[in-house]
This record gives sequence, structure tokens and C-alpha cells, in this order.
Amino acid sequence: MLKTSQRPSQLLIAPTGAGKTLAGFLPSLCELEASSGNGLHTLYISPLKALAADIKRNLMHPVDELGLKISVEDRTGDTASHVKRRQRAAPPDILLTTPESLALLTSYEDAPRIFAGLQRVIVDEIHALYESKRGDQLMLALSRIQGLAPGLRRVGLSATVHDPEAIADFLSMGQKLCPIHIADTGPPPDIKMLGVLENLPWSGAGGRYAINNVLDQIKKHKTTLIFHNTRAQAEIFFHHLWLANEEAMPIAIHHGSLDKQQRVRVENAMIQGQLRAVVCTGSLDLGIDWGEVDLVVQIGTPKNVKRLVQRIGRANHKYNAPSKAIIVPANRFETIECVAALEAVEENDLDGESKGPGPLDVLCQHILIVACSGPFHPDTLFQEVCSTGSYDTLTLKEFEECLEFCTNGGYALRQYDRWQRLILQPDGLYALRDPRSALRIRLNIGTIQDTDTLKVRLQRQRGGKSLGEIAEAFAATLTRGDTFLIGGQVVRFESLRDMTVEVSRRPDKQPKIATFMGTKFATSTLLCDRILERFYKKNWTGLPTETVKWLERQSSVSKLPMPGSLLLETFPRKNRHHLCIYGFVGRNAQQTLGLLITKQLEKRNLGPLGFVATDYATLIWGLDPIDDPKSLFALDDLEHGLEHWLLENAFMKRSFKAVATISGLIERNISGKRKSGRQATFSSDIIYDTLRKYDPEHLMMRVTKTEAMTGLVDFARIRKMLLRVGANIEHQSLRRISPLSAPLFLEAGRVPIEGQAVDRLIAQEAEALMSEAGLTL
Amino acid sequence: MDGYKFTLSGASLIALKSGALFWPEKRLLCVSDLHLGKVDRTMRRGGPMLPPYEVHDTLMRLEADIISSQAGIIVCLGDSFDDLQAGKSLRDEELRWIMRLQAGRSWIWIEGNHDPGPLDIGGKHLQILPIPPLNFRHIPSIDESGEIAGHFHPKAQLSLKGKFISKPCFLLDTDRLILPAYGTYTGGLKTQSYELSSLMRSEALAILIGKHLNAIPMPRI
Repeated sequence: MLKTSQRPSQLLIAPTGAGKTLAGFLPSLCELEASSGNGLHTLYISPLKALAADIKRNLMHPVDELGLKISVEDRTGDTASHVKRRQRAAPPDILLTTPESLALLTSYEDAPRIFAGLQRVIVDEIHALYESKRGDQLMLALSRIQGLAPGLRRVGLSATVHDPEAIADFLSMGQKLCPIHIADTGPPPDIKMLGVLENLPWSGAGGRYAINNVLDQIKKHKTTLIFHNTRAQAEIFFHHLWLANEEAMPIAIHHGSLDKQQRVRVENAMIQGQLRAVVCTGSLDLGIDWGEVDLVVQIGTPKNVKRLVQRIGRANHKYNAPSKAIIVPANRFETIECVAALEAVEENDLDGESKGPGPLDVLCQHILIVACSGPFHPDTLFQEVCSTGSYDTLTLKEFEECLEFCTNGGYALRQYDRWQRLILQPDGLYALRDPRSALRIRLNIGTIQDTDTLKVRLQRQRGGKSLGEIAEAFAATLTRGDTFLIGGQVVRFESLRDMTVEVSRRPDKQPKIATFMGTKFATSTLLCDRILERFYKKNWTGLPTETVKWLERQSSVSKLPMPGSLLLETFPRKNRHHLCIYGFVGRNAQQTLGLLITKQLEKRNLGPLGFVATDYATLIWGLDPIDDPKSLFALDDLEHGLEHWLLENAFMKRSFKAVATISGLIERNISGKRKSGRQATFSSDIIYDTLRKYDPEHLMMRVTKTEAMTGLVDFARIRKMLLRVGANIEHQSLRRISPLSAPLFLEAGRVPIEGQAVDRLIAQEAEALMSEAGLTL
Repeated sequence: MDGYKFTLSGASLIALKSGALFWPEKRLLCVSDLHLGKVDRTMRRGGPMLPPYEVHDTLMRLEADIISSQAGIIVCLGDSFDDLQAGKSLRDEELRWIMRLQAGRSWIWIEGNHDPGPLDIGGKHLQILPIPPLNFRHIPSIDESGEIAGHFHPKAQLSLKGKFISKPCFLLDTDRLILPAYGTYTGGLKTQSYELSSLMRSEALAILIGKHLNAIPMPRI
């Protein structure tokens, strides 16, 4: 690392716990030893605020020990404003920050002075940033800084990944001369599937059946991390774990919806070795080194191999000892996915979806940020943007469209002329028309979308302690007296006041299921393919006998899904006709298939009533039999449905909201600022509808469509699958339910088809409310 | 005329799906909070550049309501313009459109807090319009009855088996009617807010607008 420290960019790949962060800093410390105090020398960027603070602690150790006079400071959203001001006036030698805080820093007029002497930038956990818009934004900011400090050298630090070259290209400035250092991966992990499977359920995702086995494991180990895929599942599991925890071992919970103070308390207790186990979610995927963890338990399948490897790495965060992990399948089908995942880990076969071109909404935000720092020339900016790995395929036309959007809105039917946001000066430079807009643009910086959440607090007379947050949509379903789980406690909903959910503690009550917004991951293509491959080869190694019997039964009464073909089953059950689609394209795409196919069925008057989707299959039920299901899967028809009907769907509106916020078309709701009638923000749904009506080809609509193809709608995976199978669609017309489809009947998350059903529901609800209140229409 | 029919202080009125109010006896159509020029004002202050189709969209809907109701009197209940300058900055074709709608009808602009003064645009400009037994004004008073007002942009929330819906609404009790905002880009204030909860009587109804009209007891804290 030291030897190549003069290269313009380099990438270091090492498993967690190998000390790569310190390795990244070593050249800086050497250089600073000779000459510190000459302004900003090294910039460290991490995706987590907490990591920046943690690194500061770790870095101060060697700095103090060696008696070096090097100043190290962090700068995140949590840094006090007077400190931030001082940092701009007199930057430290080493500044630790996040992509958002860095983007903000580049938006100031004095950015050239701040970054003039910058020598090195270290991007930590670059594999995590690579996959999100935060990474694209970071690379744009770095291209900016590179212009101010031409000698800048870049270092990327990454966990083990599927395609190191892709990350190296992403990090480097087009010249593709980024050396990659790959550290020894250490001993292979000791990882297995939980052996006790007699009472393994047919469906569901909570893993509750394994509570006692997990408790046994906790007893046998010093400290255990128990990972879940969703926050709600973590809460429910934690609740039941405590009910069974007769020895009252210290076990805590940690997830993104909990109050920050509570999370910090758990983290500190963990560092001090006071906890035997922590039930957690993705909130602990990255971050602080906890040397004491000697077992990781993953409940439910990890959905992708990379995440599994990352989580396993949390155990025995020491370089030379094997990490120990146990996977607990949550239902019978998951045993297959777990075995496939274990095999992939063993073969070091990591999944990586290839990254598309840099998103244009992030570019629009970047153009506005650049304008905040001062007038710019479009040609220079275009070249700078194209020098980044994210935007190296950007066309001049695309750039000009983004610039036009930032300048006058880019509307087809009516241009803003008088109140343009940017104006073209006689010298050919673009500048902000109104300096006041700089403030608004800065408030809007960032690409992370906050979901609409409400704070949960104990009632004021009970101390008013803040417990965490729940999704606004979930809060709306609560009525006074309802109970739910948060932070492992059962609480009772009392009232909604000032955007805060007030609750009281009710340990005696059974909780209503908690649903938080949290992300639901879709199973990766790699894992889906591995499962299909096993079906094809009838490779049952590692599977419990119950699962094998079940699969054999499926293959004798119907067929097993195979790679290269699409299996459909139709069968009647309880007066309903069912269609089961084994697409194996992941939850989001299976859900979209459900929406599109039921729409087709509605057109054919086959009376679809609803559907349910998992990562592998979609089950649709309706009033009439479907004789020719193959004809439903014409790619053209599905694309047509996507164009003309799905555009009105709530998923599209949600994608649009994100795109419109990032690009600065609508302004972010600043949390803490309450909306009132007079200052109400513009509803993104209304803007979306207006654009659809009057300007359907607007840049924002196009970006939204592109986005939806891979995100919530994930049509790209459906298209790929249909192109691959071609005419190879297999239809099994059965007299009754098949073994493989049976668990789908137990699956939660059934979606009713809402043709005019929503209007009917509103009318029913209105009538019920009126009669409850003793009123008649 | 299709809509939700009710009486206020003895006057028979109809709340329309669009959020307009119709008084058949007087052939009077009333709309509130058009906020014309809102996009322009946002821009002028260095804000984001929203799709500039809102005046067009609002006038389209207003024209449709005027034609189908065959109203002879149009009352715009205040905040018709997002501010006085927004009123002045309407484009010529938009002004001509408004003039066309005004032709042959009597048109009253009630002043609102956003447009607190006369504009150089046809029609009568008033602070309050009394047509017994009703009183038309922008901001409701506390102690009058038979009052038709706007200002608050009320919206009601409804939870449907776990699904969560929020719609603009009329608010109605024995003293007054509050109209929803008619303008295309207008946000809303939840009925649970202190302002609306303390204004409306406990038996108040919220009449949800949209494709269908539905009355529910006004949602409160």
C-alpha cells in the first residue's frame, strides 16, 4: 500500500476485521509526520456517520502514541454548526465525513480554498456505496474536488466482492489504471444450517419455531448476533426470545427504527462486553468492530450471498480465526435456498448485479450544487462529469437535458422564461439567478429517501421517553387501545399528537403485529439460479429428508421448475381457480407479475380476485378457470400493460417522489419542521399526475420509468426471464393443489385486486362510521 | 345537479365531487382557494420549478363545473391568486380565458389572506358577500352562523383495513361549511389539527371529494 501510495487511485480489498482502514491511513500519517498543519491533507469518507466517529477514536490512538501533531476531526450531519464553520475557515489535517456532508462542503463558494492542498481521499466500505446513488453522488463530488486539487490520490477500501474491477473503474478517473490489492481472506468460515427441523413450518419468515435452539446457542457462546431481514421480524423474535429467556441473559435489540439514544446504548454495552446477544437487522451489517462476537445467527435466508458473507464476517472480527455462523431457515422452501447459499459461500461465488449508468436525478442535483459554489462553464462541467466511473457513458444530449431541467424546468409545453433557476451569462457561464435558492438547494442535498415516519413516545405523564419510529401508514391503522411491539416492549396506542404517537407500556397484553417500513430484499438472481440448477440436477445434498420428500412429490404430480423454462400450474380449489407462476425472479418482480397478469385477466373478464407473491412464485386466484395461461405471457402485452396501466400505480408514484426530490423538482420535508396548511409542501402525487397529463415525456418521467424497471417494479428481471425461456412455457393443468404451491396459500401479504374495489371500500367504511356515530346519510 | 345535498341555515346546497359548492336556488357556484400563479410565486422566490400547468388545469376544471351547473353567479372564496403579484403575472391567454368565463355571469372575488386587495381583473371585489341566509367569506369567523368559508384546505384521513387514504373534504356542521381547496397544487390541513378541531362542532361531518362523495364524521384527535 505504501509502495503504491503515489498512484492516482488504488483499491484495497480485504475481509472485515483485517485492519484495512488503518492501512488506508498509513500513507497519510507518514506524509503528515513530515508536514502537518498545512490545511486539509486527507479526506476519509464512510457511508455511516457512526463509523466516522469510531474511526476518529481508532485513529487518535496511533497518532497520540507516536506523538504526532496531526489534527483529526469528523464532520457529519450531527456536527455542531459552529464547529462546521470553523472547519471551513481552518480545515484539520484529516477530515472524516459522509458523502452527503462532502457534497454540501463542495457547494460553498470557498470550496477552492478548502480543497486546494488536498492530497488523499479514502473511501471506506466502497462496495456498499457502489450499489447506491450515494456512491454516484460521491464520485461527482470527487470529480469536482479533483479539479480543485489535481494531485489528489484516491484509495478505496472494500469488503470481498464479486467484481473488483467494476469497483476499481468506479473509483478511478477513467484512466483505468487502478491497482487492486487483495488481502488474504483468512480461514474459511465455519457455517452450517440449523440441524433441528422437525417443526419447520411451511411458510412464514419469523423463525419463531427455533427460539429454544437459538437460546441454547446463545448459552454456549460468549456473544451472539442474531440477524433478521426485517425490523418487524426482529421485534417479534426478540419478544418471544425474552419470554423463553428464563435465565434472564442480557439480550438486546438493535434496528434502524429505534430511537438513536437507545441504539447508542446497545452499541456501548456491546463494546463493553455486557451483552450475550443482540437481535438486529441490516443496521449492523456495516460498521464498528466488535471483537467479542463469536457466533452469528441468520434467521431466514439472507436473500443474497454477499450479505450473508458480510454478516458472517461480523463474528470473530479477527483476521486469523474462522467466523462461526448458523443459518436458520424460516420455512421449508428456505431450506433449499439456505443450502444453495451455503454452497455459494463455500465456492466464494458472490452475487453482483451489474450497475447501470449513473442516474440523471443525481446529476441534476450535482449541477445545482455546482451552481451554488459559483458560475460554471457547461463544457468544463460535462468533461468533469464524464471523467467519473458512474457517468463515463453519459451523452452530451443527456447532459444538456439535465442542464435544461436545472435552468428552466425543461417543460415541453411551456418554458419558464422570467424566473429561470439558472441564467446563462454573457461570458458563457451559468449562474444562479436568485442567491436565495442556494440555501434551498443546500437543504435538499443528499440521495437518501426518508420514509414518512412518526416518532413514538411514552405519554408525557409517563416520562415522555422517545422509543423510536413507526411508518405513518402503520400508525394510521392504529386505534386507541391497540397494542404493538417496539424495542421489545408491548405498548398501547393512546393518541396521535403533534406528529407523535403517544403510547403507554402494556407488558400484559398480546401485541398486534408490528409492521415497520424496513426494506424487503428480493432474492438475488444468483441464488434463484442456483436453486433451479439443483432442481434440474436433482441434487438434494444437504437437504433435510422432509424437503426432499416434498420435492419428489411435486415432481411426480406436476413438475419441478427448471432453468430455461417457465412453469405454470392451474388448479381449482374451494370454488376458486388458481394460477401459479414459478418465475424465480425475486419478490419485487413476482409482485409486478401479479399486478400485470391480473390486469390481463381482468381484461379477459376472468374475474381475478387477488394474488400473493414470494421470491419464487406468484399465486393468482379468481372466479373463472384459465384455459390458456401461456398466452398471458407475451412480452409485448406485459410491456404494454406496464406502459399504460402500471404508470398509475402507487409504486411508480413512490419512485417518482424519490427522483423528484433528488433532482430538486420538489423539496425535501425537513424533519422536525411541521407542515401546516399555509406552508404545505407540494404533493408529489399531484405533480406526477400533472406531468402525466400534460408532459408525459418530461425528463423526470423518463428517469422514473428507468428507475422503476430495476427498483420496486423490477420489470428488467421479468423481461430477462421471458427472453431467456422464449416459447418454453410449461403448463400443468392439475385437478388439485400441487405440493410446491401449497405454502403459498399460507403466505402473508395477499393483494386484493382493486378495480372499483377501493371506491366500494370507502363507501362501506363511510357507512359503517356514520351508523356507528348514529348518523344517517 | 349530482352531489351531496344538505341544508345550511335553511338554504339547500349541493357539494360537488370537484370540491365546488352549488346553490341551485340562486344558480350560484362557489369555489375556494384557487391559488392561481402558485408555481410562479414559488419560482420567483428561488424555489423549485414545478410543472407550469397548474393554472391551465384549475381553469379547465372550473370551466367544466360552470358549464355543467349553468351557474349565473360565480363566487371565488379568497386566495384565488397565490399573491397579488401572481395575479398580475398571469399570461394573456389565461386572462382571456378568465374573461371568457366571466362573460354573461356575475363574478365575485372575495379577498383572501394571499390576495388581500383588488386586482386589475374583471368582476366585483368584496371582503364579505352576504346573501341571506348565508355569508360568504374567506376566513371563518368564530361566532357567526350560516357561514361559507375556505382558507384551511381541509383533508380527512381514513384507514381502510390497513390501507391509508387521505382526501380533501368539505367540513359541515350546523353553523358553517368549509370548502376544500380547488386549485390543482394545493396541499391540505388534516382535520385532526387544532385549528379545525376547535372550529368545528363535535357533530361535524367531513364530505370527502373525488370520484365519489362520501360523508363521514369529521376525524378528530
